[in-house]
Amino acid sequence: MASKHADHKGAPVAARLGIWAFLATELLLFGGLFTAYAEFRLAHPDLFHQEHLKLNRLLGALNTVLLLTSSLTMAVGIAAIRQGRQRVLKVCLALTLALAGGFLFIKYLEWSEDFSHGLFPASNLFFGLYFMMTGLHGIHVLVGMAVMVWLLVRARQGAFSPDYSTPVEITDLYWHFVDLVWIYLFPLLYLVG
Amino acid sequence: MAGYKIYLTVWGVLLVLTAVTVAVSFLNLGLWNATVALSIASLKAALVALYFMHLRHEIKLVLGFAIFPFLILGLIIVGTLIDALYR
Repeated sequence: MASKHADHKGAPVAARLGIWAFLATELLLFGGLFTAYAEFRLAHPDLFHQEHLKLNRLLGALNTVLLLTSSLTMAVGIAAIRQGRQRVLKVCLALTLALAGGFLFIKYLEWSEDFSHGLFPASNLFFGLYFMMTGLHGIHVLVGMAVMVWLLVRARQGAFSPDYSTPVEITDLYWHFVDLVWIYLFPLLYLVG
Repeated sequence: MAGYKIYLTVWGVLLVLTAVTVAVSFLNLGLWNATVALSIASLKAALVALYFMHLRHEIKLVLGFAIFPFLILGLIIVGTLIDALYR
């Protein structure tokens, strides 16, 4: 069993800097939409209040729980592979994938309901932003799932160990970022409109 | 198992904060609704960044890479809103 300090080797500094630099561009990509949201909400407070009531608050909350839990399974997966527990990592990756799939399925139910009520991106400013922001976020969830399928394949081949866990660590940081975006999207769109 | 416990605790706190923010959204507090919702969201974001993203144990250079973009985003949002409010 490795010593306590050797357990926390993680990814090399260069890889961490790389993913954080990428996340900086991601932050500013979503940041443009958050800025648009702030601007339009100040200009049309009544429209935003009235339209946000049309969203399903409980489904939004359920999706928040799913995504937070998927962050937990990812974090546990990292802790596991740092101790060389490949089986736990594989279980965690599979659970994260399942939770992400559940998130997208609920998103699909919500959008279908919106469409059936005649709510489209062009309906008004609020729903334009809602579809744009949750859509862009959903694409990020999809990309994360695709990377995790690849990680799962590599993990099954025994590619990861306490000495080499960089791809898992990097994906982990990306995944938590996707969670972070939703942590703000949920209250802004569903709760305070 | 010791390594997982801290993550379970953070996850539990995140779920409680989610429940609180949903509960508060059913009350009518006027301007305070948005303030409370954004404060709780920021608290949750800080927990995710510090614990799940390991920023707690991160070296200064990487911390700088993580924090700097928020200053840029702040400039964009504040600049845009000042223009919107005082035009």
